[in-house]
Amino acid sequence: MTSSAHAARPAASGESAGLRRFETQVWAVAAAEVRKLRHDPLELVTRAVQPMLWLGVFGNVMAQVRGFPTGNLAYLDFLAPGVLAQSALFVSIFYGIAAIWERDLGILQKYLVSPASRSALVLGKALSAGVRGLSQAAIVYLLAFAMGIDLNVSPHNVLVVFVLILIGSGLFATVSLIIACIVKTRERFMGIGQVLTMPLFFASNAIYPIGVMPGWLRVLARINPLTYQVDALRGLMIAGGSSTMGVGTDLAVLVGVFAGVVAVAAGMYPRMIT
Amino acid sequence: MPTTLQDAECPVSRDDVGALPDATVTPAIRTRDLTKRFGACLAVDGVSLDIAPQETFGLLGPNGAGKSTLIKILTTLLPPTSGQGWVTGLEIGREAARVRAAIGYVPQMLSADGALTGYENLLTAARLYGVPRKERAPRIQEALDLMSLGDAAHTLVRGYSGGMIRRLEIAQAMLHHPAVLFLDEPTVGLDPAAREAMWAHLRQLQKHLQTTILLTTHYMEEAEQLCDRVAILDRGRMVADGSPGDLMARAGQAASLEEAFIRLTGSQIESGGNYRDVVRTRRTARRLG
Repeated sequence: MTSSAHAARPAASGESAGLRRFETQVWAVAAAEVRKLRHDPLELVTRAVQPMLWLGVFGNVMAQVRGFPTGNLAYLDFLAPGVLAQSALFVSIFYGIAAIWERDLGILQKYLVSPASRSALVLGKALSAGVRGLSQAAIVYLLAFAMGIDLNVSPHNVLVVFVLILIGSGLFATVSLIIACIVKTRERFMGIGQVLTMPLFFASNAIYPIGVMPGWLRVLARINPLTYQVDALRGLMIAGGSSTMGVGTDLAVLVGVFAGVVAVAAGMYPRMIT
Repeated sequence: MPTTLQDAECPVSRDDVGALPDATVTPAIRTRDLTKRFGACLAVDGVSLDIAPQETFGLLGPNGAGKSTLIKILTTLLPPTSGQGWVTGLEIGREAARVRAAIGYVPQMLSADGALTGYENLLTAARLYGVPRKERAPRIQEALDLMSLGDAAHTLVRGYSGGMIRRLEIAQAMLHHPAVLFLDEPTVGLDPAAREAMWAHLRQLQKHLQTTILLTTHYMEEAEQLCDRVAILDRGRMVADGSPGDLMARAGQAASLEEAFIRLTGSQIESGGNYRDVVRTRRTARRLG
């Protein structure tokens, strides 16, 4: 053993090696979370309750009212994509709490002192939120099928739905990380998390069309990324469903916002420990 | 010894030697007037020190003396207010990413993830540190062996004893064979038997990897047992440094390092520290206990 074997720095040759290392770092963070879910999958089961209530209770009751102009779609068909987006949002928006918890434990310090790039660490968290979101998607598809909702299950559409869920979940988890970097304590975060989720949800097209909203709320809904996610999901998930803005536009908006928040979060992440 | 230890990884760059005065041997750690100010409080006050490669160096001081802050600056977690620092010749501000690749760090708080197994914790670290895929298994095995954790590798860390958790954290920090290992209070909260076991493991690790170790401690006995040299920090200032024997001699008739410490700082090592320090130490102790 000589001291020259110090400092593991794999021979970095060119951009592809750098990219591979970046991918490995993203995966290191996400894989740790996936393994935790595997050790204790109860969380995934309990998370199925909320979409069940929204579709089974809220959806069924509202369908009787026939209060919203949902075009050619039955209300339950209209609602299913909204419930999927909402359940993925609720999983993601509390990611910041987990980050604060990891900071308090010392796990975050361990990540931050590694040579992994800050954006890889943030993307790893976003990806693990995406994995949780995908499990929500599987649950909502099953629920919707059981309730006789007319799903479009063409492999292409399902694949794009999964991509949308990955990006949407990642986006809101990253927003949550940014908030955690600002407020820094669990108590403050709990307050803000509550204040944030409801407006995101209600100021969107998740449970009613934008058309029924008053003008000021319509403006909010238009700048709410959740609206774009739901719009695309509505075009892809449901037989006969259509998106108002176009799936391509929706995806572009989501990817753009996602990239923006990851950049901001990567800059702020190290501040969490000071 | 596994052959992977002799692999040809690029050694730490010595490009920056020119930036240092009298650089015949690049010190493992060098600081010049390192200062950190939090508002009105000077946590680290003009610390200058040199630590030679393969030295085991102890930072002693009461809670709130600035030991952890100094370590956070050197591990790139906190930017200094002023002054400079180098780790293996790399400047901590400008070359932070390369510094991070060259060091291992065990924070005072517990950093192992209780919801994962020991093996999974190590695998995560191996990926983050860019240990090449085919070397991961032997490196993890080596770390488990050195820290005597082989039998518990596939148990959730939640079920580990305090000593085992600390050893796992050290295993994590050494997977990539760092040139410098930072240990912040490595035995705080451990019972005496676990503490002595930890000392034996650290000696073995140092011998095996020839790593430079910078550790902070409250325990004079720990410093005497492990450290080639110690520095005493008091309210952010370095008030003395030298071998444990030197310090004892310098304090006159003092029979122990403990007495030397009291003589040099005018205070007991247990004094000092604020609410946050106490909360943190107790929390760590509770989780280890």
